[in-house]
Amino acid sequence: MIILLDTLLVTLILTGFLLLGSSRLGASIRISALQGIMTGLLPLALEHGDLFSYVSLLGVAVIGLKGYVFPRLLFSALRESDTSREVQPFVGYMASLFFGILFLMGSFWLDTRLNLPVHSSSDLLVPVAFSLMSCGLFLIVARRTAMSQVIGYLVLENGIYCFGLAVVSGMPLLLELGVLMDIFVAVFVMGIAIYHINREFDHIDADRLSALKG
Amino acid sequence: MNTLSILNLLAGLILAPLLPGIINRTKAVFAGRHGQPVLQTYFDIFKLLRKGAVYSRTTSWVFRLSPVIGLAAVIAAMTLLPALSAPAPVSFAGDLILFAYCFGLLRFFLVAAALDTGSAFEGMGASREVQFSALAEPALLLGLAALARATGSLSLTGIFSASAGPSAGPALALVSAALFIVFLAENARIPVDDPNTHLELTMIHEVMVLDYSGPDFAIILYTSSLKMWALGALLVNVLFSFLPLHGPAAVACVAGSMILLSVLVGIVESIMARLSLLKVPQLLAGAVAISVLALTLVLRFTS
Amino acid sequence: MSLLLLPLIIFFAGALLQMVFGRRVAVVRVAGPAITVAGALAGLIPVIRAFGGKSVTASLPWSMPFGSFSVEMDGLSALFALPILVICALAAVYGSEYLKSFEGKKNLAGFWFFFNVLAGSMLLVVTARNAILFLLAWEVMSLSSFFLVIFESEQEHARRAGWTYLVATHIGTAFLLVLFCMLGAQAGTLDFSGFSAAGMAPKFLSAAFLLAVIGFGTKAGFMPMHVWLPEAHPAAPSHVSAVMSGVMIKTGIYGLLRVLTHLGTPPAWWGWVLVAIGAASGILGIVFALSQHDIKRLLAYSSVENVGIITAGIGIGMLGMSYGNDAMMLLGFAGALLHVLNHSIFKSLLFLGAGSVLHAAATREIDRLGGLMKRTPFTGAAFLAGSVAICGLPPLNGFLGEFMIYLGSFKALTGSAAACPAAGVVVIAALALIGGLAAVCFTKAFGMIFLGEPRSDAAAHAHECGPAMRIPMLVLAALCVAVGLAGPFIPKLLIPAVQVLAGRQMTDGNFFAPTERLLTNISLFATGVLALSALLLVLRTRLLRNKPVSESVTWDCGYAAPTARMQYTASSYADPVVRLFKLFLQTRRKFVSPKGLFPEKSSFSSATPDFYRERMYRPAFNATEKFLTRFQWLQHGRLNLYILCIMVTLIVILVWKLR
Repeated sequence: MIILLDTLLVTLILTGFLLLGSSRLGASIRISALQGIMTGLLPLALEHGDLFSYVSLLGVAVIGLKGYVFPRLLFSALRESDTSREVQPFVGYMASLFFGILFLMGSFWLDTRLNLPVHSSSDLLVPVAFSLMSCGLFLIVARRTAMSQVIGYLVLENGIYCFGLAVVSGMPLLLELGVLMDIFVAVFVMGIAIYHINREFDHIDADRLSALKG
Repeated sequence: MNTLSILNLLAGLILAPLLPGIINRTKAVFAGRHGQPVLQTYFDIFKLLRKGAVYSRTTSWVFRLSPVIGLAAVIAAMTLLPALSAPAPVSFAGDLILFAYCFGLLRFFLVAAALDTGSAFEGMGASREVQFSALAEPALLLGLAALARATGSLSLTGIFSASAGPSAGPALALVSAALFIVFLAENARIPVDDPNTHLELTMIHEVMVLDYSGPDFAIILYTSSLKMWALGALLVNVLFSFLPLHGPAAVACVAGSMILLSVLVGIVESIMARLSLLKVPQLLAGAVAISVLALTLVLRFTS
Repeated sequence: MSLLLLPLIIFFAGALLQMVFGRRVAVVRVAGPAITVAGALAGLIPVIRAFGGKSVTASLPWSMPFGSFSVEMDGLSALFALPILVICALAAVYGSEYLKSFEGKKNLAGFWFFFNVLAGSMLLVVTARNAILFLLAWEVMSLSSFFLVIFESEQEHARRAGWTYLVATHIGTAFLLVLFCMLGAQAGTLDFSGFSAAGMAPKFLSAAFLLAVIGFGTKAGFMPMHVWLPEAHPAAPSHVSAVMSGVMIKTGIYGLLRVLTHLGTPPAWWGWVLVAIGAASGILGIVFALSQHDIKRLLAYSSVENVGIITAGIGIGMLGMSYGNDAMMLLGFAGALLHVLNHSIFKSLLFLGAGSVLHAAATREIDRLGGLMKRTPFTGAAFLAGSVAICGLPPLNGFLGEFMIYLGSFKALTGSAAACPAAGVVVIAALALIGGLAAVCFTKAFGMIFLGEPRSDAAAHAHECGPAMRIPMLVLAALCVAVGLAGPFIPKLLIPAVQVLAGRQMTDGNFFAPTERLLTNISLFATGVLALSALLLVLRTRLLRNKPVSESVTWDCGYAAPTARMQYTASSYADPVVRLFKLFLQTRRKFVSPKGLFPEKSSFSSATPDFYRERMYRPAFNATEKFLTRFQWLQHGRLNLYILCIMVTLIVILVWKLR
């Protein structure tokens, strides 16, 4: 089981790197969907094969939401906005990857420093969570399009989810549901907003939204 | 040094020109063609060895010396390579660094020879070659460092004869992935370089050796196949280090896997397009990131 | 006792005598270099004694308060004195011919005076055992090299470079002054033998360490204190650049190491500081180097890179010391020290080669050179050896030092006594990247200058230099090969110095045996590579015998009239890598693109100014100047008022003290 869990976690980090290095919005959405599915599988790998606990049900729900619903929404927003399919970075891809490596090392360092009361069979879970959170924040900060920022939020949420899995024994159901709800609303609003902004202004550059102020 | 290690070295020296042939045959099968003979590289080398040579008036002795030094460097690197538990002819602590730097020597002289012709195309190819290999080198060395950490040994022979334990599985997989990218980049294969391209402007490795002819070009062709064998064998060793093979079986396993590896390369070349030159550094930076990740993992598991 | 004083006397007294009595051109031409060579030969005797394990000491009566003229040649001093003597002597021989074109136009007697004083003061710096004496020698060294930098003072860039150098080196010296005052106040004496870490507070030691890093780092060229280096080294005559880049900046490394021996077992973060500085200097140094168009600037930046490698090695050694990992300490220190030796060999060789190119084609612009291999074959071969060595490639000497630092980092990573793996990872990654980038930089330097077709008339009509310039290059190139193959003998040079650094005698034979075996292996391997190359060369020659071998033009893709200007240029060669590091380099490009159906004029130029100089020092100095101009009313030019000020100050101090 530990091998399966570690493989999942390593894949999570790799998807983080991929997101930092990918230049196409479509590819980014697909990768984030893959990442969502991986995070959904995590509790199954953690819970020693008890497939019918409510934990696994939640896992299935997460997979459905992050692996299917969100990507669908994002893709439709992308189609309707009909703008550039590039992520338009403020920070170049090479530099982003370099930052990704730094985040990874920083996360491992932070983990050794924090000494959290971890209830997990893998000591990788917490560093992976930190690394995903920092990747997500970085994506939000360093990418221009509103769409990449939504993807950044999703990555951030995946990180929080992993962290919750590691720290709280059992399932932080309430917390998880709350965050999921937030994201869901965020994606929804963003989808509608992008559609409308695009209809009005012909672009979805978040940095040009500042032109809207007074 | 024993007979087995000599056998391993000889297998590499003799079978290496087979690899390009197998790659080309695989691509031909994918494209529905019959394709050139699998032994084509041998034919080319022997034909070229019998010919005279034409040199550019611009070139100096550096151009004539370079192939020889390159071949010596890559043969030297191959003497450091074990086949799983069968030891390498030469082995000592730290030989993995020497292994990486032998390719540096090969590259230095290959690039110098390309610049010696004074051709804009060859200068361009040389420029790309050094750029990509500057990024591939950290990926290779960090990957090797991960292996050294996982097995606690500092020589290639020691690394591949020791067992890293099952917990290092994901890390080994990551190292293999990084090494595969390095393998493709260093050997000028798709998605980094297209060996079959017909435009000098878009080539990397092929354009650097445009002006070679006769025995010199034979040496260059042989050197390229040896380099492919050496880096490929490293990758194969990592992939199959968990197999409890000993003696001739190990040598046979590595040689056989090399053929599988070339089929794999052929498949990659058939189904993938070449990356834009601006994207290649990203790919190589990705390889570095994967190596660092592998290193971080083994640091956790064995501490 | 006179054994160690003799070379100092030869350097200083010789310089003075020659300045006073031998001002005739014909005398200067012979006497100047002869003094350097004589001093170097005399200096080798105590160096050899020190390598034998017996340190040579001497002291003279000196009436300086707190000062004592005590000098000592121990293992560490000897390791730094050896390159100082050898390189100075070779540079002097080279200079005897190189300076011929200046005869009658320049004051060469003055030049040789400062050159010999520089050589003597460097020797004194690495042997002085008293802070006052050390600082005095340090200052003499800085000033004499300053006068050598402004040798061509009629050119504005040389004057400006000299000014930058003077300011930088004195800022560094200011830190050293504070450092030695602190140590002296604590110890009650300014003799080095009195300094001891025992009883000092950790905070005090850390402050001393940081002062030493900044003060000595300015001389050694740690990033970001390196800004004077790429200005001053190119401005000086080439053999002076060879001395400055090859050995003078190493006195900074020496000073740092010498102070560290008095600061006890270092805490881990000191090692981390040096690892970080080393990695940053190494990577950024080589990145800056490969964006340069001027061959001597390129070489100067590459010195920053190599000092970075040395510093990273020292950092690994210190981490090994503080974690009690002896293998790591030994490999880190020994690798760093070996790289000090190696760098002095190949960097001097490259600067002498650059001087020969400048002599032959009268330009340092890489993009105006080319094809010199056929015109100056000797310089070309020597430069090739230097380039391969500086890239750290086997079988030459550059690989050995880097290999030991690599192995020290691997030791930090593996084994039961693994300590501080993260530092190991940083150094391995940095060295690998530096290795790749150095290959870009020096294939560019060597390939664009010596290979291909000449890109200008000056390069096309270049001529080879004479024997006095060739012999030093030949000796250095031979040393590059010899040190690479002399693995088994190298530990004998390094062991005394490492023992000084470790602060204990390590008589245990097992301690050094692995290193010795290791270097023997590498050298055997290098010999194998060379033998195999020779064998293959013979085979190839035999294959080509009796075969038609003809000459033609380079493949031109069917274009019938290629010209030398269509070759790839050095700038375009390095451009992809330069763009990868645009965050630091901030290269300015000016491009006038061709317009219209029959385009007439278009142009392209690029320049990479020093990031730190532009972004850090210039604003800081401007702000300082702005602040200080407020006090300009004090500078009114009336002497009597100045004296009044001095008197008032004195009285105030007196009153305050006697209060």
